[in-house]
Amino acid sequence: MEYYFGILQNIGFHTLLGLSAYLLLLTGQLSMAQVGFFAIGAYASGILTVIYGINIFLALGVGAIIASFFAFLVGFPALRIKGLMLVIATIAFSEIVRLYFFNLRWLVEKDGVEVGPDGAQGFREIRYFAANGWEPSHIVSFIWIVVILVLFALWWLDRVKAGSVLRAVGEDELAAQSSGINLTVVKVSAMTGGGFIAGIAGGLYAHSTTYVDHNSFTILLATFAVAYPILGGLKNVFGTLFAVIFIQGILIEGLRFLGDYRNLLFGLLIILVMNFYPKGLINIPIFNWSKLFKRRDL
Amino acid sequence: MLKIKNIGKNFGGVKAVDDLSFNVDKGEIVGLIGPNGSGKSTTINLICGVFPVDFGNISVNEQNISSLPTHERVASGISRTFQNIRLFKDLSVWQNIWVALQQDSDQSSGWMREWFGNSKLQKEKIKEILVFSGLGDRFDDLAGNLSFGEQRRLELARAIASKPKLILLDEPAAGMNSDEVADLRQRILDLKKLGLTVLLVEHVMELVMNVVDRIVVLNFGKKIAEGSPENIQNNKDVQKAYLGGA
Repeated sequence: MEYYFGILQNIGFHTLLGLSAYLLLLTGQLSMAQVGFFAIGAYASGILTVIYGINIFLALGVGAIIASFFAFLVGFPALRIKGLMLVIATIAFSEIVRLYFFNLRWLVEKDGVEVGPDGAQGFREIRYFAANGWEPSHIVSFIWIVVILVLFALWWLDRVKAGSVLRAVGEDELAAQSSGINLTVVKVSAMTGGGFIAGIAGGLYAHSTTYVDHNSFTILLATFAVAYPILGGLKNVFGTLFAVIFIQGILIEGLRFLGDYRNLLFGLLIILVMNFYPKGLINIPIFNWSKLFKRRDL
Repeated sequence: MLKIKNIGKNFGGVKAVDDLSFNVDKGEIVGLIGPNGSGKSTTINLICGVFPVDFGNISVNEQNISSLPTHERVASGISRTFQNIRLFKDLSVWQNIWVALQQDSDQSSGWMREWFGNSKLQKEKIKEILVFSGLGDRFDDLAGNLSFGEQRRLELARAIASKPKLILLDEPAAGMNSDEVADLRQRILDLKKLGLTVLLVEHVMELVMNVVDRIVVLNFGKKIAEGSPENIQNNKDVQKAYLGGA
């Protein structure tokens, strides 16, 4: 059971990360900074519960707000650059964040034990859940409630004008500006929102693994974050969810029995999907039941 | 209403627009013509703020807009269509209009309602604009699935949605057959009836000569002639510019 809870938790974090990148991709921004925001959320909320003894819900919220503040700051220089340049700049941001936490030592004595981030040793003993009697099933449920809330929020966004405006900016910036849309507001808002989602995901991750260090926040994770929405397709939020289940559930966990051959198949499957369904997994016929969720108004 | 005073734009030493001045009065349809590369599209882009003018200034209704960003110029009453159609192809027809729809100034419901509110109120208005543009039956289709002529009409409808006073049409008849040009001519005259002012950049003389009140002719970024369609047709300089005579 623990094993399946582990997989479910993992799919939950990755879905949140993927959705944070999805929000930015709608506006045409390919951001590798999501892992940086994820790390900020993880450390910030971890410090709040461990060192300051704050309630988990408040800590997650504050962690997400801090992450979204950094995303807001990243949003402005990101306005001026696009495509590969934006990828490189955001990789640089994520690396700065990772190296900052690699060097961060903030140890405080609590009940005779030193707790807090300890540089390269990582940040251990983020034990809020265990200390407050949460069962693994509670933790999994909590994570998935958050995932479902975020999925719902982004699904709803597509039914109001803001969603169409985000997509309009992603499709054609000049046409969007010429229709009276303020690009700065739209792109910075998307970055801030994406940072908030990644920040919550980071907080959840830190508390359910009880241990984070700089190795948890490498560029590989940022690559996964953008791969999910691209592989899943940007038609709606469910594409990202399918892609995470496909990669984390089927390719990584389901094919474990293949040993090292798994990696070969992994790459092959992604190439096949992108060749046959360039607009994403969401367009594969077996997922047609997703039409149930299609906009049906008018 | 549109006053262009001594504007200029250089691209790496090439004077794309050179000391250009002209006015467009309220309710007028003015044609902007000239051979390829004469600076017509650059002029449109300068008026819309795609890039800033190097010198000179542009004003609309006595308000200097030379340094405003594009989206604020839209708010001050300028909208446009593009030479190469630029629709939001993965959005539906009605969403293309929705994106450009400006909030009523008398409706002080605030931005929350505007961006996150229900679409029902706005759908009436969107429908009205689409019916006016002859796209009433294409409401729910994806913009990318429309025919070429319909895409042009949708672009024009989107330009109307931002409630402009001045509308800039950048070669709207490019690639159209003569029936479609006749339809377009009627649509431009309909805009005039609504009280809009139109600046039309066009190569298709069949359209220009039959719709505009006045013509401005450019060559090498400079104005070489201005006047009624009849005067322009008989102007020696214009004939020379088009035929390439010495």
